[in-house]
Amino acid sequence: MSLSQQTVEQLKSAAFIVLLFASWEASCVVFSVSPIVLPRPSAIFSTLILQMPALWPHILQTLVTTMVGFAAGMVIGVTLGAVVGMSRTAYNIAYPLLVGFSSIPKVAVVPIFVLWFGSGAVPAILTALTTCIFPIVVNVATGLATTEPEMEDVLKALGANRSQVFWNVSLPRTMPYFFASLKIAVTLAFVGTVLSETVASNRGIGTVMMMAASSFDVPLAFAGLFALALLGILLYAVFALIEQRICGWANRKQEFAMA
Amino acid sequence: MTEPTLASEQPFAKVAQLENVQVRFGKGSNTFLALDRTNLTVRPGDFVAMVGPSGCGKSTILKLVAGLLRPTEGYVFVAGREVGSEKVGIGMAFQNPTMMPWLTIRENIMLPLKIVKPYADTFSRDKHTVFRDRAEALLTKVGLSGFGDRRPWELSGGMLQRANLCRALIHSPKLLMLDEPFGALDQFTREELWSVLQELWMDTKPTVFLVTHDLREAAFLASRILVMSARPGRVTDDRSVGFARPRTLETTFEPAFAALTNDLRRMIVEARKA
Repeated sequence: MSLSQQTVEQLKSAAFIVLLFASWEASCVVFSVSPIVLPRPSAIFSTLILQMPALWPHILQTLVTTMVGFAAGMVIGVTLGAVVGMSRTAYNIAYPLLVGFSSIPKVAVVPIFVLWFGSGAVPAILTALTTCIFPIVVNVATGLATTEPEMEDVLKALGANRSQVFWNVSLPRTMPYFFASLKIAVTLAFVGTVLSETVASNRGIGTVMMMAASSFDVPLAFAGLFALALLGILLYAVFALIEQRICGWANRKQEFAMA
Repeated sequence: MTEPTLASEQPFAKVAQLENVQVRFGKGSNTFLALDRTNLTVRPGDFVAMVGPSGCGKSTILKLVAGLLRPTEGYVFVAGREVGSEKVGIGMAFQNPTMMPWLTIRENIMLPLKIVKPYADTFSRDKHTVFRDRAEALLTKVGLSGFGDRRPWELSGGMLQRANLCRALIHSPKLLMLDEPFGALDQFTREELWSVLQELWMDTKPTVFLVTHDLREAAFLASRILVMSARPGRVTDDRSVGFARPRTLETTFEPAFAALTNDLRRMIVEARKA
């Protein structure tokens, strides 16, 4: 029996993950680590499953908040990125601002959002938005700004106007940059949401974890972490799949391997 | 009565015309003259090759006519109108094949039909029928039949340049701009593509501007050769090339061919010294 190269690779990575959890479990048992310090993975998983009915609304809340913030961040990020990428002046003006903005720790912004909008979903959405926007802006701008001038010249010589050049060259050329940023941005949006939820909210995984930690229910806190990680992987996978569908051309090696 | 007729015929007598054109690059005190006082008239069906030392403004002329660059002084006319005032739909091919990697070879070749009128008006209707056949016919002509569904990175440099010629010609442009299209290819592929290009040109006789460093290429393909001086560029020699068509590789071994290329080489060497 011979497995394909790809299957072997997948089996290897799955085996590594299993091994990681197994050694975690084993060290907890061998060194008799208190579950208040570090619970065993089996305990975390069973908590996750047993508490699922209670956790589910919070997971849903976090997911919805993240997606709303991410969607808004995507719209604003693409718009900003397009402006910055297509105009030299806008690039020069906006870049230092963007870098400064992205250097601000988002945890410092949450109290301000809470001050403006009260606690709840709104500051969480805004935090998710501000956390995920930077990679989108930078990638869209880079994709647009680095379009080969000769590709544009071919179309301009044909008499193409600005919008035709945009739709036929700039936009498809930027797609791989855009999707690469989406994969990163969607996980960052999670970070933003949970950050805000831990500070000021009464729903969401962040809130659950804060409450669990303060009542020393460490397995539940870890279950929250696991739920977050799983959601993150899920969303990353969704966007990776969309990327593969829309701009598989940018991934030529993989395509060769599959052919 | 004769006056209006003459005026309306004028655009057809000259496809492109440069009048006292100067191009200056740079800003402030850091400027240089790329092209100096250039006058040039090109008639329909001319196959003009431009040779000269590097940096002499050959590509600048090409970009002027294609409307990608504005002259600092003087006028550029294409089809009797000042360039840029009307969309002409010029075909263009560079040394870098610039095939869009997100499109198949056939979609790449059909791209001009999506832009240039009147084809653009019916593009969505005809792209699976008439236009597809048109692309396929061109692909067959350059020896790429069956490669239409491939992606650009699956093709070799020579094949990409063949596809590039198809894309430059699919909308039957009156003007074809070639900026060292075969510059990055090996000698054998290059000579093969000379014949391909000559054949394509003889089909529809567009007016061609060819920028090249290869004097044999210029002598093989062109019906007219312009020699340019070192920067600031000026046209120092303008001669027609009379070898019968279709020219073959045998033509390049004729004494007259060798004499022509030697002559061109001598002029360019002098231009470099000056």
